[in-house]
Amino acid sequence: MESNQSYWQENLRLILICLVIWFVVSFGFGLLLVEPLNEIRIGGYKLGFWFAQQGSIYTFVGLVFWYSSKMNKLDKKYDVEEG
Amino acid sequence: MDELKLYTYIAVFGSFGVYFAIAWWARAGTTSEFYVAGGGITPLQNGMAIGADWMSAASFISMAGLIAFLGYGGSVFLMGWTGGYVLLAMLLAPYLRKHGKFTVPEFIYDRYYSKTARIVAVVCLIIASLTYIIGQMKGVGVAFSRFLEVDYGLGLGIGMMVVWVYAVLGGMKGITYTQIAQYVVLIFAYTIPAVFISLQLTGNPIPQLGLGSTLADGSGVYLLDKLDLVVTDLGFKEYTTDNLGGTLNMFAYTLSLMIGTAGLPHVIMRFFTVPSVKAARSSAGYALVFIALLYTVAPAVGAMARLNLMNTIQPTAGENMVYAERPQWFKDWEKTGLLKFEDKNGDGKVQYTADTKTNEMVKVDRDIMVLANPAIANLPNWVIALVAAGGLAAALSTAAGLLLAISSSISHDLMKGVLTPDLSEKAELRASRIVMTISILVSGYLGLNPPGFAAGTVALAFGLAASSIFPALMMGIFSKKMSGTAAIAGMCSGIGITMLYVFQHKGIMFIPGTSFLGGLEQNWFLGISPNAFGAVGALVNFGVAFAVCKVTGEAPAHIQQMVENFRVPKGSGEAHAH
Repeated sequence: MESNQSYWQENLRLILICLVIWFVVSFGFGLLLVEPLNEIRIGGYKLGFWFAQQGSIYTFVGLVFWYSSKMNKLDKKYDVEEG
Repeated sequence: MDELKLYTYIAVFGSFGVYFAIAWWARAGTTSEFYVAGGGITPLQNGMAIGADWMSAASFISMAGLIAFLGYGGSVFLMGWTGGYVLLAMLLAPYLRKHGKFTVPEFIYDRYYSKTARIVAVVCLIIASLTYIIGQMKGVGVAFSRFLEVDYGLGLGIGMMVVWVYAVLGGMKGITYTQIAQYVVLIFAYTIPAVFISLQLTGNPIPQLGLGSTLADGSGVYLLDKLDLVVTDLGFKEYTTDNLGGTLNMFAYTLSLMIGTAGLPHVIMRFFTVPSVKAARSSAGYALVFIALLYTVAPAVGAMARLNLMNTIQPTAGENMVYAERPQWFKDWEKTGLLKFEDKNGDGKVQYTADTKTNEMVKVDRDIMVLANPAIANLPNWVIALVAAGGLAAALSTAAGLLLAISSSISHDLMKGVLTPDLSEKAELRASRIVMTISILVSGYLGLNPPGFAAGTVALAFGLAASSIFPALMMGIFSKKMSGTAAIAGMCSGIGITMLYVFQHKGIMFIPGTSFLGGLEQNWFLGISPNAFGAVGALVNFGVAFAVCKVTGEAPAHIQQMVENFRVPKGSGEAHAH
């Protein structure tokens, strides 16, 4: 039971980290900070515009896989894997 | 029969043949196969199926068109409809899979130990799913009538029959394998024209890179800079900075779409089909990869279609196209009434400006951009035929997923769960097939006679999912003390305030003239549009539920134990009912 508690705590911390990144790339870079970031350019893209229409989506994909692999390790560490 | 029509028939009916063959091969024999495909779908397969399930006629046909005309403002759809999967992967999918039931209302029932909660969830689910299906059915009718030049009603009938065969026969198992085929068709149909157009305009075959490249005309000007210049010349807002009703509205809109996506039952249901918790986590990732393939191409399709449209009408600055010399695609779409020209100043040329007094392109329907794109860019006929098959695949696959969500909530949750608990498995399987047939007929009828409120209900579908289902599920997992009474109070107040807001601005049940505050922007709460209000509804839901829980006391010990249990993957089995 004790170990299940700390498993859950570690999971929550991981989710929090992921959600902070999730928020920063979309709501942060793509919306709230779009104007200052648009001053910077990569090729024909204004950076803020790029985050809103491309960059945030790539980050989301990376986040989900990263979370999934971290959790698989966590399952092993606490010996709570399935069957 | 001309060449284009022949190719279109081959593409459309060839793809239908494949769907039928798959349906026959994967027909369902048990309720477990019918509801969750026997729990034997691999994460990669499930990811593709989720992709096809999720990407509807709206994603395939409408989204790039919206982006073409909204520019930067269209980003709310791109971020909103992908960001929801991050929430789904971390906050819901693994735990719902561990708990291992067939439907979303069933989970709500177990967690909140209340038949009322289950019925509330069923009602939310049916309203959200039905409003969605109307859109898919319309998409099927339009695609048939435009590409095969058959009657709208006949096209709709053929579409209904195709869905009926593989959804009723195969259930979740048939639907899943068909959706994998449909994903392949739709992604090729979407990206091939985009690659061609990107090559033509920028010389770069990858649309995501082409959008940030210089034009291939030797001018050295970046595509997006050129587009900004062309549209501002005609008085439109700058493409790359045009924001949709202000930052706060875009913020709320994006958040509503994200939460709404994570709360849509037909998507959540798919996570019950994989064999393990581990597989649930990774299939969310694969789903997002397959969805991102289309969603990162869409902004390129939008911007390039807009530039092509502008260049057709005004080949060089200050010199407009002569109406009599308009290209064939222009004439084709005029016939459908979705493109309209009115020679206001009588000079025989087309003036397209942001000023409604002098603008002569009186109607440019946003939905035609993706479908007309290959023709505008002079692509070969087989590409146009492929787009027709892709649009149909997108609409049919989503419709099938929604139908299954509806029929399982009626046969499994209402009948087996509440009304007639002693239903045998065989009888339940028969009942769900009958319910699905009725659902197809109802949605076909609604597609043929779309109620006046069809367009407005999309806001309601996402609003409902965002303000009721998502918060209830999330609190059920992350707050083990959350009680049934509190969750019901939260769901009802979340839906209540969202419906009130949508109705007060769009009319009660969307009947014109009954909106008591009008659709006017100055009446919007903090400038938030009704479509974006789901996020506020969700906040209200969370707030009310926690307050009620504080006052009325926490959930009983055995429920808290159950929550502890589904938080860890150990000991998960196949999805089952009881």
